[in-house]
Amino acid sequence: MTPDLILFLVLALVAIATALGMLFSRNSVYSALFLVLNFVTVAVFYLLLGAPFIAMSQITVYAGAIMVLFLFVIMLLGAESLPKSEVLPWQKPLAIGLAVILAVESTYLLVTKARPTGDVLAPDAAVNTMENLRELGMKLFSDYLLPFEVTSILLLVAMVGAILLTKKEKGVQK
Amino acid sequence: MVPVDYYIILSAILFTIGVLGVLIRRNALIIFMSIELMLNSANLAIVAFSSVIKSFSGQIFVFFVIAVAAAEVAVGLALIVEIFKSKHSIDVDQMSSLKG
Repeated sequence: MTPDLILFLVLALVAIATALGMLFSRNSVYSALFLVLNFVTVAVFYLLLGAPFIAMSQITVYAGAIMVLFLFVIMLLGAESLPKSEVLPWQKPLAIGLAVILAVESTYLLVTKARPTGDVLAPDAAVNTMENLRELGMKLFSDYLLPFEVTSILLLVAMVGAILLTKKEKGVQK
Repeated sequence: MVPVDYYIILSAILFTIGVLGVLIRRNALIIFMSIELMLNSANLAIVAFSSVIKSFSGQIFVFFVIAVAAAEVAVGLALIVEIFKSKHSIDVDQMSSLKG
């Protein structure tokens, strides 16, 4: 067992535990906080995989912006927990059975079929240099310039859409 | 050194937990969070592959996925707030009529 592997296994345990905590907490606020912890764990995985830029984006955008928005909405609606009422009693066992099948299938396909093989690159000092970041930035603004611009338009459209959706319509009696 | 298979298996497990969340929870916000979890697990697999082939393309792709997720959350939460205003509930079982 190398230190890398031990670190991976501990983090994987935390990631799965927090994901399950998100799934099974009765209170939405706890779910959101579990999910924040999960996102931070995934960010540490990105660091281990030699992607510091993505790790920082993950923390600022996901753990920062997105989850704060979620917490805002949960507290705004006061929808921390729903009353317990089971409509379809067979839904939960069926869903768990299907999910286990999906996990086995996707793992089998991804591990055995077409994919790059080998070990992931060990996080060494070379990954975290400015040179690496500069190369990423150059690639983003040359080869991927069009997708980058399209993304900015997408964000603008999303912003306008969100404002329009929550705007009060004039002359409508509620 | 960690074999890439371990990352793929972890990604598959996280994705499955996300799918399970969509299937068994009735709170629209939790369902939405499960979708975010699924996006995240897919990102993890992409970054792992990108690290194995020693290329930046995967990382740039994940960057775009994060941007799209942010846009999706903004619109999705606005929709959930609107649904709550008209139905006074975010239980997806209550959303059974086409008329608002």
